Amino acid sequence: MSEDHHHPLEQSPIEQRVHALEELLVEKGYVTHEAIDAIVQRYEESIGPMNGARVVARAWTDPAYRERLLADGTAAIAELGFGGPEGDHMVVVENTEQVHNLVVCTLCSCYPWPVLGLPPDWYKSAPYRSRAVREPRALLREMGTDLPDDVDVRVWDSSAEVRYLVLPQRPPGTEGLGEEALAALVTRDAMIGVAR
Amino acid sequence: MDGIHDLGGREGFGTPEVELDEPVFHHDWERRACGLTFCAFGLGVANGGQFRHSIERMDATHYLTSRYYEHWLTGIATRLVETGKVTVAELEARAGGRFPLSRPVAAWGVASLPPVASFAVGDAVRVREVHTRGHTRCPLYVRGRRGTVVRVDDAASVPDVEAHADERVLEPIYSVRFESRELWGPDAERAEVHVDLWQRYLEPA
Repeated sequence: MSEDHHHPLEQSPIEQRVHALEELLVEKGYVTHEAIDAIVQRYEESIGPMNGARVVARAWTDPAYRERLLADGTAAIAELGFGGPEGDHMVVVENTEQVHNLVVCTLCSCYPWPVLGLPPDWYKSAPYRSRAVREPRALLREMGTDLPDDVDVRVWDSSAEVRYLVLPQRPPGTEGLGEEALAALVTRDAMIGVAR
Repeated sequence: MDGIHDLGGREGFGTPEVELDEPVFHHDWERRACGLTFCAFGLGVANGGQFRHSIERMDATHYLTSRYYEHWLTGIATRLVETGKVTVAELEARAGGRFPLSRPVAAWGVASLPPVASFAVGDAVRVREVHTRGHTRCPLYVRGRRGTVVRVDDAASVPDVEAHADERVLEPIYSVRFESRELWGPDAERAEVHVDLWQRYLEPA
């Protein structure tokens, strides 16, 4: 539970506005502080890129699962217990030696919450949203990923109902690792496509 | 509406700032704004189209200069006022000052054009040149451009309709592949850009 519900002084204007709306809705009986706490806690603690990393690690170790994941992302992700808002229509796109996938939402901030959690600031930023569809290679280079010219770039603008997850390539030299150890290697950025 | 939120291809924004080990929320007010927005959805004050449009209707300068969860706060507060759950006077009295809300909807009953054809994977399509003053999920950067259908998704509620009426019209969504040169001219980087488009946004090419 947040400590500062009841200190309207010394707040910035945005803090005052959020506080005002929360207190007003609670007073009118529309919401409770506890309901807000519970939602926030879920997105801070149990929903995040560790979920997507488990999906990727399973796909790396189980070829039949990988097939199901690419054929019906929503159902295969549900096999591992993940689903819900912003994850009801999942499409998984696979990176290969020849293909690199990149996910963006140019119109707002659409993002696969059940497998990646809430998006980081840069994903929602004007620089990322404006450039990903126009100069993805230059953008990726500036963000630390220099793609060889012969690799095809496929950008996915999540402008409707589908949310996309990138299945990165399994790193070389990981043949001996089990699913859990592999999951620890999977980054959020690789599952969005800003890392290779 | 052709608003500032429709950012695909716009220039002048530079490099994204990436923060290592970024927290889910940067300030406690972001945590509260996020949670209360989720809760307000439970009150039925907005469907997806109405909520997105409430953010798109923010003053363009406010949109570009405020943090993300300020967009949520402004949008949901706007919807709470528009549905009569709270008043501006109540908000401003509580906040001890101005509480900026989004601009009013430009046109109720937006003239959203009905679909002209249905498509299959492999079909050549062109995005129709429609400039609605209301909500749409058809980005400006693909309008008038030609592409190829690569996937057909289940029918879903057309945002242009649901944002402006208590009505749901279901249409299939097509994932359309555009060559970057079709979008950005002959000097564009080599890439393919996919955009998911409701049936009414497309016509045969």
